[in-house]
Amino acid sequence: MNSFSEIFDRHPWEKVKASIYEKTAADVERALTGPKRSLEDFKALISPAALPYLESMAQLSHQLTQKRFGKVIQLYVPLYLSNECQNICTYCGFSFDNKIRRKTLTDAEIGREVEAIKQIGYDHVLLVTGEANQTVGVAYLKNALRLIRPCFSHISMEVQPLDQPDYEELIPLGLNTVLVYQETYHREEYKTHHPRGKKSNFTYRLDTPDRLGRAGIHKMGLGVLFGLEDWRTDSFFTALHLNYLERTYWQTKYSISFPRLRPFSGGPEPKVAMTNKVAMTNKELVQLICAYRIFNEEVELSISTRETPTFRDHIIKLGITSLSAGSKTNPGGYAVDPQSLEQFEISDERSPAHMAAVLRQQGYEPVWKDWDAVLG
Amino acid sequence: MQPLQIAGKPFGSRLFTGTGKFSSAALMEEALLASGSELVTVALKRVDVHNEQDDMLRHVSHPQFSLLPNTSGVRTAKEAVFAAQLAREALETNWLKLEIHPDPKYLMPDPIETLKAAEELVKLGFVVLPYIHADPVLCKRLEEVGVAAVMPLGSPIGSNKGLKTVDFLEIIIEQSKVPVVVDAGIGSPSDAAKALEIGADAVLVNTAIAVSENPVQMAQAFRLAVEAGRMAFEARLARPFVHAVASSPLTAFLDE
Repeated sequence: MNSFSEIFDRHPWEKVKASIYEKTAADVERALTGPKRSLEDFKALISPAALPYLESMAQLSHQLTQKRFGKVIQLYVPLYLSNECQNICTYCGFSFDNKIRRKTLTDAEIGREVEAIKQIGYDHVLLVTGEANQTVGVAYLKNALRLIRPCFSHISMEVQPLDQPDYEELIPLGLNTVLVYQETYHREEYKTHHPRGKKSNFTYRLDTPDRLGRAGIHKMGLGVLFGLEDWRTDSFFTALHLNYLERTYWQTKYSISFPRLRPFSGGPEPKVAMTNKVAMTNKELVQLICAYRIFNEEVELSISTRETPTFRDHIIKLGITSLSAGSKTNPGGYAVDPQSLEQFEISDERSPAHMAAVLRQQGYEPVWKDWDAVLG
Repeated sequence: MQPLQIAGKPFGSRLFTGTGKFSSAALMEEALLASGSELVTVALKRVDVHNEQDDMLRHVSHPQFSLLPNTSGVRTAKEAVFAAQLAREALETNWLKLEIHPDPKYLMPDPIETLKAAEELVKLGFVVLPYIHADPVLCKRLEEVGVAAVMPLGSPIGSNKGLKTVDFLEIIIEQSKVPVVVDAGIGSPSDAAKALEIGADAVLVNTAIAVSENPVQMAQAFRLAVEAGRMAFEARLARPFVHAVASSPLTAFLDE
């Protein structure tokens, strides 16, 4: 069966990387003035040559985003169901080799968390787990969806990659969106960061969006983890992936997320990932957000509480369409067990109400509900 | 000016409006009031029909506005019929803007599913206003199954590109026995005026008002433009003048 791997294999990493760094000011100007942008234009927009054009890029991104999405920002919140995980990921607090207390929410605990989340106003929830197929497999997820669906109009999920028939079982139970980040498109570097567990299979993860598309998912989210490899090259591959998926699964909606590595739990003191060897500056993240918007006027762009309040406040106008706020990254974090260890430290601890006030102040309507269970 | 009637209901304003993309519900209400609009479309997915305090619903509950629930988000006829029934029950109106767009990127309407759903919804007693491509044959097919009006697009939704489909709109207007409402793509008051000048019965505007720097003033501008366009249509626009020519090589023989 056709999949993205075939296209991916035709783009050697080093060649792609060199072609991005070779882009010139003229390439950037061509990209900024054209009515539609190609993948080559996207390379120019994320290249170092585009940095002097950042203000123009920001203005264009702002204008295109308002035209398509209006003066509104969608709000969602994560609900961590479990931190059990059989994988080793060198940058993650839930990594198998991390000696933290493991916890998977029971039905009653899910109920308490849901109640707490509803009380702070949310209608769109993102379910998160590690990868522990024995305890938190498809059966657990099906049960969780049955419990949670009556309470939310939109349910997203960020869990281990599954097989197509699994997704086909979960979608009718109310699963609207699946986020699956490749972490890095650098095959060898990926192996270094994921030495053990099912996640170590690079190609299986790479073809997950194809399985989701074939299963008929409403929306999927793509992204890489910034800090593992050269962000420009990784972002080109994300855009290449997006381009392929939009053409192939044209009935699916897409979003892009921008996770930068954060300190994570794993002992008495939070550890900073040793692997954050290719840090991405604020300026570069702004460049990337604007580049995505100028490249693709319709894709949703999402930012989490990994970023600081000041940074988040400033990027609201630059192309973002959805935000999380008041997030807890530990199972039970809202009501059941607020003191347990988090997957990573969030940087913006402001409550959803506070965040909504910030949005209004900037002339944006916070949107809590933009889907309905009646829509399937 | 002649009043517009759709399914027996008279409208003083030929400007219909949308409710998305505004920076606040209060500003939306103010702009819609300024527009003079009497028909306001609301996406079912954006409102919580079980909550009487729903922010958007509170701000469109006004004697001036009739609500036109829309099915934005559905991808098939089956989903549309289901959503329509929920909207009718919750919002207490049998009017429906039928939009089925399986393509979430450009929100292009699906002609096949729309025709199927329209036929069924008319049988179920709905007043159906379908959002469709500017396709003259599809408009006639929809008319045959009993829709109350047709809503062909002027250009891609949210694009502000104006009447890119004008040649097809003119055919639709010429042939249609039901009102023609140009929906989507109208970016400026002059686009709206143009639509009315060529004989469209009404226009539906959202993005151009909601995303402008001053939505209230822009709403007023659209109100005036729609009135001007309609007045011009009723007064019969003068056609570009064809000059008489002195020499007539092709017809001179008639005088010989």
